[in-house]
Amino acid sequence: MTYRYQDYRPPLIGTGPRYLLLALVVGLAIAAPLAVYPLFLIKVLCFMLFAAALNLVLGFAGLLSLGHAAFFGAAGYAFAQSAKIWGWPFELAVLFGVAVGAGLGLIFGLVAIRRQGIYFTMITLALAQMVYFLAVQAPFTGGEDGIQNVPRGMLLGLVDLRDTGVLYYVVLVIVSLGLLFIRRVVHSPFGHILGAIRENETRVTSLGLNVARYKLLAFVLSAALSGLAGALKAQAFQLASLGDVSWHISGEVVLMVLIGGIGTLWGPLIGAVFVVMIGHFLAGSGLPVSLVVGVVFMACVMLFRRGFYGEMLLFLRSALRRVAPPSQV
Amino acid sequence: MAEIRLKVEALEGWYGESHVLHGATFNVRRGEVVTLLGRNGAGKTSTMRALAGVMRKRRGSATLDGRDLLATPPHRVAHAGLGHVPEERGIFSTLTVRENLLLPPVVRPGGWSVEAIHGLFPNLKGRDSTIGTRLSGGEQQMLAMARILRTGCDFILLDEPTEGLAPVIVEQIGKALVQLKEKGFTVLLVEQNLGFAQSAADRHYVMEQGRIVDEFTNESLPANMGKLNRYLGI
Amino acid sequence: MTEIFGVPLAVLSGQVMIGLINGSFYALLSLGLAIIFGLLNVINFAHGAFYMLGAFVSWGLLTYGGLGYWASLALTPLIVGALGALFERSMLRRLYGLDHLYSLLLTFGLALALEGLMRWIYGAGGKSYPVPASLQGVYNLGFMVLPIYRAWVIAASLVVCVAAWAVIEKTPLGARLRAATENPRLVTAFGINVPLMLTLTYAAGVALAGLAGVMAAPIYQVSPNMGSSLIIIVFAVVVIGGMGSIMGSIVTGLALGVLEGLTKVFFPTASALTVFIVMILVLLLRPAGLFGKGK
Repeated sequence: MTYRYQDYRPPLIGTGPRYLLLALVVGLAIAAPLAVYPLFLIKVLCFMLFAAALNLVLGFAGLLSLGHAAFFGAAGYAFAQSAKIWGWPFELAVLFGVAVGAGLGLIFGLVAIRRQGIYFTMITLALAQMVYFLAVQAPFTGGEDGIQNVPRGMLLGLVDLRDTGVLYYVVLVIVSLGLLFIRRVVHSPFGHILGAIRENETRVTSLGLNVARYKLLAFVLSAALSGLAGALKAQAFQLASLGDVSWHISGEVVLMVLIGGIGTLWGPLIGAVFVVMIGHFLAGSGLPVSLVVGVVFMACVMLFRRGFYGEMLLFLRSALRRVAPPSQV
Repeated sequence: MAEIRLKVEALEGWYGESHVLHGATFNVRRGEVVTLLGRNGAGKTSTMRALAGVMRKRRGSATLDGRDLLATPPHRVAHAGLGHVPEERGIFSTLTVRENLLLPPVVRPGGWSVEAIHGLFPNLKGRDSTIGTRLSGGEQQMLAMARILRTGCDFILLDEPTEGLAPVIVEQIGKALVQLKEKGFTVLLVEQNLGFAQSAADRHYVMEQGRIVDEFTNESLPANMGKLNRYLGI
Repeated sequence: MTEIFGVPLAVLSGQVMIGLINGSFYALLSLGLAIIFGLLNVINFAHGAFYMLGAFVSWGLLTYGGLGYWASLALTPLIVGALGALFERSMLRRLYGLDHLYSLLLTFGLALALEGLMRWIYGAGGKSYPVPASLQGVYNLGFMVLPIYRAWVIAASLVVCVAAWAVIEKTPLGARLRAATENPRLVTAFGINVPLMLTLTYAAGVALAGLAGVMAAPIYQVSPNMGSSLIIIVFAVVVIGGMGSIMGSIVTGLALGVLEGLTKVFFPTASALTVFIVMILVLLLRPAGLFGKGK
């Protein structure tokens, strides 16, 4: 497999520099609203989480899902419905979105995991399209208009989310927790088994492990986190719409993972920033997003398969090997 | 003595990272039947694959009638006159016997007609519409040999034709091989069955760990049985 | 007026006819997908886009070239096939040695790009394409009125599907295709140019999609997104049928079209979901697909 998660090698840089880099990133994240509109930042954060969640199944379990928009968008509808129509507080509405995402993930997973490879992908696509059709027709979704004017409430009755700047920090914390959770999963024994399944499924089965159950769990986790991202986006933009359940979104998030680096932890985050920015710049230009996304997709698959992070790692590894003695790299 | 048709020198080959041929050197003259003997894993089938172009990573030299086999792309190997009957026979399960037989295009003059093929392998007559893999092992072997006769090749790489076959069928294949030899074919044969090898061949090479380690004429074989058995680990 | 299950016969047969038409397109498209998948092991996500291109080429030939339906029927598949061959040669074939993921993503990207391109050039709205004069009008069958063009589409699709099946199963060319699908290395060793076969197979597969596009143009509007909504349903059809047999793909496509049509009569709101629901049922009860072979 060419897109493998890098095999374990000693880290490129020591622990000290790593924490420094991390502190830099955290610092940037905290200071960002000074330079960039918080709403845009929240969008980037949501897609970072969404892409990282997809990467959990795509990069680490080796399952290509082209239907993840179903979880993202459905959770958005769930949040909107519960926050606006039922008047639930922020926390509960978000949890409801996550639950809906997870539930859909369970249903999709139970059906799709019965087949492998290409068939799995087609099934996820078809199931997501079903969700899209349901979203078009169901009365509560508001069809083409979506659910609008979703209110911003209070977090735990204390924090006023109507200030987008404040909401940004709340989303930052939640997304960070989500990403940390993903990191935890990847480095756990469960995560290692997922990696083994991606490399050689039959061998894992011969070890007596129920591969289907592992795949299913990974899929449900991925769907739940995608749902979290969708719910947060719905709160920030105060809107749940058909666009978020369309296959175009499913495609875009796959591109984010691909262009950032499949199977790496930072890759999807970089990819999300990149793709959201492309969309942002294109919005004014009249150039259709699909065309550019499609072309970028093709270019990436042909020429840039390791993605930003993957290529960077490769470059650093060979550069550092020339500089430092072998024992350190 | 007839001229050398196949000249192999220091042939090395790899399956990916695995170095399986370590410099094999041998030759085959026109009209000869030459066998490669050796234990399992000695590199006999790998040599066949290297010559046929199935194994891609090779070094050294292999020429057929002066033509560089290592520089010939896989789909041109048939044009060079080489017909490969692989160990696994390769009968297509989605094709009938007739379709299997007629699949290879005639790439050189001298391709056999279906009648001539039926003359050599009467077992295949009347089986035209049977699915290829429904034939018995022996019949599939005959079909695999018959197939390459159509292309007009005159140098056959025959890999373990008698593997897993009953003695009666082995005898039939032996007879066919003798007939082919009489018609002027040159054959490089890989065989585990020493009796079959003796009955058909003129010369024998012994392979060990990807190299040729010894050579016997067919006449001198009985006298060297002890040595041979040691090579083969019997 | 006769009624079946409380539904007027005219309505029922009308829906069955629509179902047969949709089924014909499902069959044509899943046939092309199965052919491509069989030999190249690639799921051509761009199949719907080539179908859409076929409709646009048809429209373009008419609008800019004054070439009518019948010329289109002959020319468009050739043009679309040529475009497909170009794509296969320049891009797709470089990915054959890699994980199947990449060729899927490449064709996915192509689908997005083509749809976006057409939307950019022609806008999102649909263009109409007239029914050819020789096929206008209706047959009056008594219990229903059958538009001649619709009947032609069903008949022509059937003929094309059966012809494709016959070529694959009964001709020497088809034998080479089947053999190459099973064991490409061995077929190469026989002196057959397999890479050329791959290109031509891809071209033929998308040419079929383009042909479907020509036939669809007078029925549906010619619009950039006509391919994507259709192709996802066709994927479900393919999952249901399995890609093990050519005839299986054809039969499944037609049957699902008819089923969808019937569902529209009795359960109108759910009809768009028919194929997907059948897919779920098949996956739960018979995962390999109705005609599938393993996996």
